[in-house]
Amino acid sequence: MLDRLRALIPPGAVATPEAARTIRREGNPTERLSASSFAAALSDPVIFFDKDGFVVDANRAAHDMFGKLDAGLGLLLKFRAPDIRGLVEQLLAGNAAPAIDYIERVPLERMFRVSGSRVGEDGLFVLIFKDQSEVRRIDRMRADFIANASHELRTPLASVAGFIETLRGPAKDDPKARAQFLDIMQNQAGRMARLLDDLLSLSRLEMKPRLDGGARVELKEIIRAVLDTLGPMAAETKVVIDTRLPEGDATVIGDRDELFQVVQNLIENACKYGRSGGRVIVAIEPQADGVDLSVTDFGPGIPAEHIPRITERFYRVEAEGGRVEKGTGLGLAIVKHILARHNARLSITSQPNVETRFTAHFPPME
Amino acid sequence: MNSVHIVSAFDGELAYVVNKIGAMGGQAERMVEQSVRALVNADAALARRVVADDLLLDEAERDIGDKAIALIGRRQPLAQDLRQVIGAIRISADLERVGDLGKNIAKRAIAISGASHPVSLNRGLESLAELALLQLKDVLDAYASGDVTKLAQMRDRDEQIDLMYTSLFRQLLTFMMENARMITSGTHLLFCAKNIERIGDHATNIAETIYYVQTGQQMAPDRPQGDLTPSIVIRK
Repeated sequence: MLDRLRALIPPGAVATPEAARTIRREGNPTERLSASSFAAALSDPVIFFDKDGFVVDANRAAHDMFGKLDAGLGLLLKFRAPDIRGLVEQLLAGNAAPAIDYIERVPLERMFRVSGSRVGEDGLFVLIFKDQSEVRRIDRMRADFIANASHELRTPLASVAGFIETLRGPAKDDPKARAQFLDIMQNQAGRMARLLDDLLSLSRLEMKPRLDGGARVELKEIIRAVLDTLGPMAAETKVVIDTRLPEGDATVIGDRDELFQVVQNLIENACKYGRSGGRVIVAIEPQADGVDLSVTDFGPGIPAEHIPRITERFYRVEAEGGRVEKGTGLGLAIVKHILARHNARLSITSQPNVETRFTAHFPPME
Repeated sequence: MNSVHIVSAFDGELAYVVNKIGAMGGQAERMVEQSVRALVNADAALARRVVADDLLLDEAERDIGDKAIALIGRRQPLAQDLRQVIGAIRISADLERVGDLGKNIAKRAIAISGASHPVSLNRGLESLAELALLQLKDVLDAYASGDVTKLAQMRDRDEQIDLMYTSLFRQLLTFMMENARMITSGTHLLFCAKNIERIGDHATNIAETIYYVQTGQQMAPDRPQGDLTPSIVIRK
């Protein structure tokens, strides 16, 4: 009975006298564990450095987070922020130092709680980085979302409210005006809904700046799927979409849903803003150093001075003749964000009235 | 035995100078970041802190200059050792200038902290500053690692900064033409944009110095612009 009960207890759940005896006799095995093999098991970045401030060793997480940290690199040349410098200088002077916050602004905003101490007897020191970016990003995202949403939703909302007022008052008994106003109101409501969708997907992307896993995605398959869903819109705008796809395989590492959104936004934009050109070309071209996916339209194009800024949120190109504003101003911001996560490069070239091309260049798979 | 002693003394003194460059770099990066943040958020208190911080950079530049001259006089370094020392003098001068530009942005932030300007202008200044900071971070990282392979692509980014500056310039002009009352703050913003663009130039100078220090050769001149189609490449 007792034996049967004991069999139910997983090994290690209860200290057995034998284990305690072994540890007493042979010493605690963790004493013989090397610092670097222990650091390798940690998911937080850990960097060891010597008394002259040179990197001795860094674990995998540190390399992933901060790039190459070869032995012999000057720690304070790489981590230059005055706060970290203060911490390290205190440690090297033999003092204890309280943990500090280290914030990296570019290329992605990241925040770490950094603590350090002396380890062992050989004049070795360690810095441990605790990633706090998530918390900070949630705060920022909330603030940004509220600021953007309230700012950008105000215009369509004011317009809807204005029309409601008119429909109740002056246009009460005018069926023609009523139909026209309801149309406008529907458009504005649709715009608000799209804006919210875009804001939400942008916020989601910002929450998770790195891709997880190494899923593989076939770009040709994505283009076909996007074209299936965009068929009705292309027909409505009377734009013919041509594809130029290579015979071979065009697989990249990435997230299918996100890349779907990139292709969709680019093709949608091309149809919307280049509709006067009547034709859009979607192409995949294998390159020596990866794969190019491009979307070309033959519409009026983008004036040169706007190109550098067109991926900014809510940046709008005021075209001559007052082009109808259909976008949310977030489409390209989303594209840029997703491509950055895929280590892909976005290039934009435009010759007004000739052709405008958006190219996403994906790095090779390995 | 004696020569070993001299070599390590030189290394120690050089390490001091190199380390000081790292400190200047960190300080300059922070000043640029904080000054633009102060400008965009109309945060006069933060701006005043940035102005005060500039003294540290001035002092560090003088210190590096003194130490470098003493080093050359006493140790008479040659080849890469000499280039290291001269490089440190040049880089510290560039970083000191970056600090001045940051301080100037901060001063302007104080001057216009009462006025409000459109969100889109702020976004434009922020993305311009982001590019300049990225440029600065990459060159200083390259200084740390001695890796010159990525220095050439920084020219592309500098070009991108210039294009973005031109675009902001036009937007600011339009803005001022439409709101005559905003000419004062608009002009301040214009100088801020120019300052950020200049920070990018100093980063490019530093990149060229690093290349020279590491290889002993000048960086190849700019690629010829074959295609005049307006275009841009957006990197991470």
